[in-house]
Amino acid sequence: MGSSSLHVLKGIDFAVEKGELVAIMGSSGSGKSTLLNILGMLDVLDEGSYTLDDVLIKDLDETKAAKYRNKFLGFVFQSFNLINYKTAAENVSLPLYYQGVGRKERQEQAIKYLTMVGLADWSTHLPSELSGGQKQRVAIARAMASRPKVLLADEPTGALDTKTSYEVMDLIQKINQEGNTILVVTHEEDIAKMCKRVVKLKDGVIVEDVKVNQVLAADYV
Amino acid sequence: MNSLKIIFDRDTWQEIFGSIQKNKVRTIITVIGVLWGIFIYIALSGAAKGLDNGFERQFENVAMNSMFVWAQRTSIPYEGFKTGRNPQLKIQDVQALRNNIPAIQFIAPRNAKGVFDGSGGSQMVRGSKSGTYSIYGDFPEYTKIATKKIYDGGRFVNQADIDEERKVCVIGERTQKELFDEDEQPVGQYIRVDDIYFQVIGVHKYIEGGGFESDGDVFIPFSTYKKLYNTGDNVDWFTIAAFDDADVIAVEEQVKQTLKRIHRVSPKDERAFGSFNLGEIFGRIMGFSQGMTFLSLIVGIATIIAGVIGIGNILLISVKERTKELGIRRALGATPAEVRIQIILESVFLTFVAGVFGIILGAFVLSGIDAATANMTDFPYTNPTVPISFVLGALAIMITLGTLIGLIPAQRAVSIKPIDALREE
Repeated sequence: MGSSSLHVLKGIDFAVEKGELVAIMGSSGSGKSTLLNILGMLDVLDEGSYTLDDVLIKDLDETKAAKYRNKFLGFVFQSFNLINYKTAAENVSLPLYYQGVGRKERQEQAIKYLTMVGLADWSTHLPSELSGGQKQRVAIARAMASRPKVLLADEPTGALDTKTSYEVMDLIQKINQEGNTILVVTHEEDIAKMCKRVVKLKDGVIVEDVKVNQVLAADYV
Repeated sequence: MNSLKIIFDRDTWQEIFGSIQKNKVRTIITVIGVLWGIFIYIALSGAAKGLDNGFERQFENVAMNSMFVWAQRTSIPYEGFKTGRNPQLKIQDVQALRNNIPAIQFIAPRNAKGVFDGSGGSQMVRGSKSGTYSIYGDFPEYTKIATKKIYDGGRFVNQADIDEERKVCVIGERTQKELFDEDEQPVGQYIRVDDIYFQVIGVHKYIEGGGFESDGDVFIPFSTYKKLYNTGDNVDWFTIAAFDDADVIAVEEQVKQTLKRIHRVSPKDERAFGSFNLGEIFGRIMGFSQGMTFLSLIVGIATIIAGVIGIGNILLISVKERTKELGIRRALGATPAEVRIQIILESVFLTFVAGVFGIILGAFVLSGIDAATANMTDFPYTNPTVPISFVLGALAIMITLGTLIGLIPAQRAVSIKPIDALREE
């Protein structure tokens, strides 16, 4: 956007294996959101390379980026970003719509993923009729519905109270246990501890990258 | 997904309905803008057409390229004659006019009593009933120029009537009402006209508008009139119809020049012969109603354009409001093309729906006006319709404009990067 360039990330070199649950931590301005946006193909990198599932991601135009996002990535946002005039089921089936999946199949999948997050009974409710935790679970169901290679969660618990945060983390851990690769951006230590690996960023560089002993969120719920 | 598939995809429409329904009040107000435009267009052009039809009806009983020519008073001395002479039209003029002017299709000399002479007409008596009516001496050609509708069982003056100088007459509706009883069949009966008995051969239906005739007029054969009133070869005026492709104004001028030559009137004398050119008047009225049609077209289309611009405007605001939603959609994998098409289709759809409703509303109003003016025969307004080509044209214009105007918000929608769109709170 801006005309003056600002180098946010100054040399990030890391790889995430399939099935990992990685927390990316850092204070604001550390570059963690930029990193996630680049991984999410919402932003582009100036230098270096990004390989996802053995595909080199480069020279993305908007159309190509949209297709990759649809195929490879699932997003979970701090502010849920559900479409407020669509029901939970419609929200979940939206990525499938853009994949060109048929109506019936979409509905089935939506119900399946809503069941996975425990909200099958809420499928016809609008986001305004759901609690924060429920909204985030719908968002997670939506992110998972397109069977992404990677689930990118940007402060998924940022807008939730502690108890609800743990419920959401419990869900994320379960999804991870099924073999899905998940990256969680957070600045909360307790959330980071629920991941298997913590990458700490400061001023655009990785200052720490450690495997941790995962704390099960279920213990707190 | 290619664009054709998107247009016919049920899901696309569901997406469109979803976002349109999101803000019903705004959608309705927007739609009213275009609806009003097309309504104005339909109502105006229908009204113009109604006026057009109305004028045409006013003239329907007279050939549109016809004229009347009569003698007045000379105003220029010529060949030894002083001014102020009254030339007299003669029955022989007919042949001269025919020979000189090939553009004349029909020419009907007429004599009349009670029309221009101030006599009030002739006394007609039947039994104890009587009345005074205008009486015309006519040739059958007259009906070729001015249609005379004759009620069933009757007829107009024919050539045999002329040849045999028959004492027959065609009476008007009012004449019938005043001289006959209600259940009486007038055809075949006799009435006394200025002490001579005439057999009624028909009753003519009076058509309002245009000219000096009335519902009491009585028509008799020209030759009988001549004998009855001792008019000799004199003719009061000529009714002339030119061929359809002829220039009526030129014919009028030729007729007058020929008459001037025959009657030894200065060619420069503009006052010696009077004329009334229906063709010219008709041309002017038609020009006027064409102007009206054109004006209604311009006004209507301008209003439609204003309405469609309103839709574009609203969509622009809507796109701004939906920046985040569109960002989410793109994060979930909507390509710019898909977003663009969705916005354009929303625009086209709104325009189209508004257009259809506007057309329906316009048609209702037109039929209402039609019903209200159906019995007002004096008012030149009949059968207000809009040609289907106008309607389809308007729809085509609207869809085109809707697409074009939709391009602006659509471009706006995709010009914002998803990452910026998502950041928007």
